[in-house]
Amino acid sequence: MSSDQELPRWLDLVVLPLFNLALALLVCGIVVLVIGLDPLQVLALLVRGAFGSRIGVSYTLYYATTFVFTGLAVAVAFHGGLFNIGGEGQAMLGGIGTALVALALGDHASAWIVLPAMVLAAAVFGAAWAAVPAALQAWRGSHVVITTIMFNFIASALLSWLLINVLKDPGNMTVESRSFGPGAHVPALHELLALAGVQWPRSPLNLSVLLAAASAVLVYLLVWRTRPGYMLRAVGHAPEAARYAGIRPPAQIMFSMMLSGALAGLVGINEVAGTHGRLLLDYVVGAGFAGIAVSLIGRNHPVGIVLASLLFGALYQGGAELAFEIAGFSRDMVFTLQGLIVLFSGAMAQVAAPTLARAWFALEHRLRPAHG
Amino acid sequence: MMPAVAMRGIRKRFGAVQANDGVDLTVAAGTVHGIVGENGAGKSTLMSILYGLVSADGGSIEINGQAATIRHSRDAMQLGVGMVHQHFMLVETFSALDNVLLGAEPAWHLAAARAQGRVRLQDLMRDSGLQVRLDAPVEDLPVGERQRLEILKALYRGARILILDEPTAVLTPQETEQLFHTLRQLRARGTTILLITHKLKEIIALTDAVTVMRAGRVVLDCATADTTTDALAQAMVGRRVQLGRGSDAVAQAHGEPLLRADHLQWRDAAGVVRLADVSIALRPGEIVGIAGVSGNGQSELLDALAGLLVPDAGDLQLAGRRFTPARWLDPATARDLAVAHVPEDRQRRGLVLPFAAWESAVLGYHARPRYDHHGWMVHDTMFADAASMMERYDVRPRDPRIRSGQFSGGNQQKLVLAREAMPEPKVLLVGQPTRGVDIGAIEFIHGRLRAMRDAGGALLVVSSELDEILALADRVLVMNGGRISGELPIDACTEGALGRLMGDAAADSVQSAAA
Repeated sequence: MSSDQELPRWLDLVVLPLFNLALALLVCGIVVLVIGLDPLQVLALLVRGAFGSRIGVSYTLYYATTFVFTGLAVAVAFHGGLFNIGGEGQAMLGGIGTALVALALGDHASAWIVLPAMVLAAAVFGAAWAAVPAALQAWRGSHVVITTIMFNFIASALLSWLLINVLKDPGNMTVESRSFGPGAHVPALHELLALAGVQWPRSPLNLSVLLAAASAVLVYLLVWRTRPGYMLRAVGHAPEAARYAGIRPPAQIMFSMMLSGALAGLVGINEVAGTHGRLLLDYVVGAGFAGIAVSLIGRNHPVGIVLASLLFGALYQGGAELAFEIAGFSRDMVFTLQGLIVLFSGAMAQVAAPTLARAWFALEHRLRPAHG
Repeated sequence: MMPAVAMRGIRKRFGAVQANDGVDLTVAAGTVHGIVGENGAGKSTLMSILYGLVSADGGSIEINGQAATIRHSRDAMQLGVGMVHQHFMLVETFSALDNVLLGAEPAWHLAAARAQGRVRLQDLMRDSGLQVRLDAPVEDLPVGERQRLEILKALYRGARILILDEPTAVLTPQETEQLFHTLRQLRARGTTILLITHKLKEIIALTDAVTVMRAGRVVLDCATADTTTDALAQAMVGRRVQLGRGSDAVAQAHGEPLLRADHLQWRDAAGVVRLADVSIALRPGEIVGIAGVSGNGQSELLDALAGLLVPDAGDLQLAGRRFTPARWLDPATARDLAVAHVPEDRQRRGLVLPFAAWESAVLGYHARPRYDHHGWMVHDTMFADAASMMERYDVRPRDPRIRSGQFSGGNQQKLVLAREAMPEPKVLLVGQPTRGVDIGAIEFIHGRLRAMRDAGGALLVVSSELDEILALADRVLVMNGGRISGELPIDACTEGALGRLMGDAAADSVQSAAA
């Protein structure tokens, strides 16, 4: 009875997620049918909206960039055995860090200095915001799920206070800071391509997308290739075994939470510096929580997270397009679709696994009857 | 007389493994029937099929002469088949009474159900001799009483055929003796008992007939009176097995101690004294055995010497360094000073179960330059070392990519031992070296431990199995209530002498078990 059967890796990592996605789309189709629309038409519009044009692709990638940061943040904490649902607040702090550097240096210094300084500030502010709940868990046993969610509210209040009392542009009615100086401008993709002589439509997609890709690679290397990653996973899977191995769990809790917070903080680069060019109130808009879904669907692996981020990016962009194109297809329908995908690909990701396993072993049995 | 259980030609395959390959089993009514075999021999699968947890690929089952189709454990219970699992299936915060009633409430109204259930249970307890405090929450019951509760639960549901899976694995010697007494009483009342175990002494002591399984087949089926532990061991493993000391000479160690701990004291968080003035010295070339009923401070002593527990008082001398509670040894320093530790709980401590074997194979040594080049883990070396550990310690299946949790208990233990032996430590601390391990692997592990002693190592072996202490140790310390209640050279060790030092209650049970 020792053999709970394991699926072959390709079946587990490729077929099962596709199967789940298909199932989610099927149920979405039924919902669409119920409200009296043609599911195939809706799907076609959704896909066309997300990938059918250069502007659509740009927006999809722009949304995906933010999800990669928050998804990686959740995944790193998860491998360390922690459930960081404070991505929202850590992203806000990342934005504050970005803005402070941009406002201080952006008018005078060159981008070669300001951009790295902003990235550093975003990461440091995010990490610092995660460090407090981490320390409370490491040495006082307060659960990070509780403390990080409380820190989301504090971050939100802090952001409002800073904007209203300190950073607000005096001549402006809206609650936002003045625009950043030229040194703090993160080059947009269309600007870079224009330099190379390629015409590309204007979109918020900016250099941060490369930062996100690099973060995914670095997270992979760190978690699976280095000693700190080995220790982080050991603590995450088996804290007692880690202690036996001479690894101190409190230090690892600090490490994985701060790394997680730093990744979430990088959202500030994409949104505050890359897109808006000034600090405003609602640039995170649920991206921190979407990161939980992204990480769940991506199986907490950078490759899966990049793919899941693209899926979510496509849903955001294609969904916006849908709401625009079809009368009666509201923004709420888009959330319904997202919810169903999270349900089938995330929460119920393993539901179909036993059936798939049985089908596979039966097939294998038939193909190789003399085995064993 | 009609057999209580007749299973014929049972076949079951899990993936590539043929767990049961045409198994026949006949159990006479009102007997205790032992089923033995190494881990993975297929005995648990066979019993899971009988209890409806697993459906067979082929074969037939008769209960009391009637052909039976058992698709679900509900079917099995209706046929009077009950099972007591190795890991108890109890709700810890519920009272014993509520645990018995759960899912079998005689009435909708809970108060009425409790009243009715209590009357029936009290009758049942009187008849069977199984005494349990019905109103105590399960979390407050000792292990032996929880097990009686599990048996009571099965009987309450009308079990006439009782399957017990490794029932003594978690019991102290006295609890084991009590259990055997109960089982004999149940047999006298006509209950048929199937006992899965790998402890051959228990088979001889308790059963009427025995079936030996190996690699999914029955290799021996006979009356217990016609066989011996040696014959059973040979049938299980498929070759002659040498357990116990044999001709192995006792080592006399005179060198300077490699490790010396003096006057260790420790109270746990509840203020209970777990270590009381414990002093111990380990010399090169000896195995020191620590005997005692589990829970008398052995685990805490091991942890203190391995750096996992900081005592309240005392000191430790190791490799020319002296440690006091203010600056106690930590696990990493212990390894640097050539102290290796095979922990008692290999599942929680010895391995990271979701890690592949090649990752678990460097646990604790992951920071050595051999595996860590400027922060990067050297996967090739880790993999190669894991492969050679598995080769030398015969860990099966021999594939370092398999997850640590997928190996059987014996193979996990061999992997942990291989890892700890790899850097050739001067001191090896071993907790429960062969708990839940097959006979073949026990012989192997004992051989390795002796070889390390002969190479000049100092070994400390904690075991709750007296047989193991007697087979391995050159010198025996007995722990009782957190203190060392006595020390005996191995020649002076008899079960009676050790039992007296282990505590009066233990002495009685050991002597009656030996009698």
